[in-house]
Amino acid sequence: MKIKKGILTSFSITILISLGGYAYIALAHGQPHSEQDLKLFEMAYQKAVDQGYKLFHDSKLGTTGQSCDMCHPDAANTHPETYPKYQTQIKKVITLGEMINWCIINPLKGEALPLDSEKMIALEAYITNQRKGVPLAPGKH
Amino acid sequence: MKPRHESGITRRDLLRAGAGTAAVTLMAGASPFGMVRMAFGSEKAQSFTFAYLSDAHLYVKSLNQKFVDSLVKGVQNVNDMDPPPDFVFFGGDLAQLGHPDELKLGKEILSGLKPKLHMMVGEHDWYLDMGEAWKGLFGPDRYSFDHKGIHFVVLNSVIVKDYWTPNNMTPEQRMLAMAQLDNPKGEAFSVGSEQRAWLEKDLKKVKPETPLVVFSHSPLYKLYRPWNFWTDDAEEVQKILSRFKIVTVFHGHTHQILTNRIGNITFHGFLSTAWPWPYAPTGMPKLSLQMDRPDPFFSTDGCGWGTIDMLGSGQADKTYQLWNRSPMKVTYQEIAAGTWPPAYAQGSSGPSY
Repeated sequence: MKIKKGILTSFSITILISLGGYAYIALAHGQPHSEQDLKLFEMAYQKAVDQGYKLFHDSKLGTTGQSCDMCHPDAANTHPETYPKYQTQIKKVITLGEMINWCIINPLKGEALPLDSEKMIALEAYITNQRKGVPLAPGKH
Repeated sequence: MKPRHESGITRRDLLRAGAGTAAVTLMAGASPFGMVRMAFGSEKAQSFTFAYLSDAHLYVKSLNQKFVDSLVKGVQNVNDMDPPPDFVFFGGDLAQLGHPDELKLGKEILSGLKPKLHMMVGEHDWYLDMGEAWKGLFGPDRYSFDHKGIHFVVLNSVIVKDYWTPNNMTPEQRMLAMAQLDNPKGEAFSVGSEQRAWLEKDLKKVKPETPLVVFSHSPLYKLYRPWNFWTDDAEEVQKILSRFKIVTVFHGHTHQILTNRIGNITFHGFLSTAWPWPYAPTGMPKLSLQMDRPDPFFSTDGCGWGTIDMLGSGQADKTYQLWNRSPMKVTYQEIAAGTWPPAYAQGSSGPSY
């Protein structure tokens, strides 16, 4: 679909973004983000990463006493950059979140998290953040 | 004065008789003990095999049955060895959170071992009560013994600087912090000056040509600090060992296939019965052939135990007894000749799943 340049400038599209329930920022398309905006984005992102770190190191995700970091210190060998990929054992293409749930259900003997839950997004944020700068390689084995 | 065997035959008599297989067989028939079992002084090393179990990380049984089953399996595997090993060494981290119930459970399972057992402590056994329960169950955390011409030393290499008192941490908080491998605030493991002095004193009586085996939980070198694959005073310990011609260090903690050599010392890391660790992102020794990434869908893949063949030279061959893969043997000859790891396997960490 072709979008005319004029549309973006003539219509000031305002988006409301919720940042952890404490901040609402009105953003105008075509305008550069203010430094304050960027700080708030970073804060919201870091909040998710920090929550993910805590969950990743917390045995409460499961029932066996184990936590994610016991097999994946610093999220090693989680290779988030390779998802979605064909997971050989499941025999279909899955996302990182689905693989996280496999670990929660099986070794940790816990309950799967809804893929759009705050906890799952936090876990994905921490795991992916640990591989910042690594080139995307979806489908890689 | 050498203790005389009940049959009235001393080692010297045996050596005079040729000390060959024929003599051993002949004498074994005449002795209720069997000559193979006889321990002599420390003049010349004899070949023998021992087993290595490590890093069971037991929780209380009601919480985690899997790790219990794995250690039980390891004990069964050792008991199935034919011929049996001279002894079994446990490489530390019997418990996960240092709880007396975890340690007692571990002792109960290990009591099923038919061969004699030597124990070593790991950080997971230690930091709830600073070793009180462990020492109560298993004895001193550092000691030495002699077996068939080899001097064995067992160290407590998981000593860290006290960071809990200034931070008002409870014993449980301290234990949880120490149990987290990737704890960014963790202090480095060490043997410590007091224990190094003990080591020097212990080795004073040992001749430099006597083969030496040292057991430590952490590797006695510096591999990767963020995960404490590391001993902070490694160089000082290595210096103490440098007077000996043949030195082998066996360690736990890293839960993986791992080999290194520094000067006169060969280092061997062993598997965990509970789970495999990933390889460190940096600092891997050139001698380490990395095993393929464990398959998470096979709950004991990358886990197992080990056997060590002490050669008559006092050097050691090791075999990783992997539960889901073929055993992997690494010989001292390959390490010394520089043919380990084989060229085809270098630089590969195997496929992912």
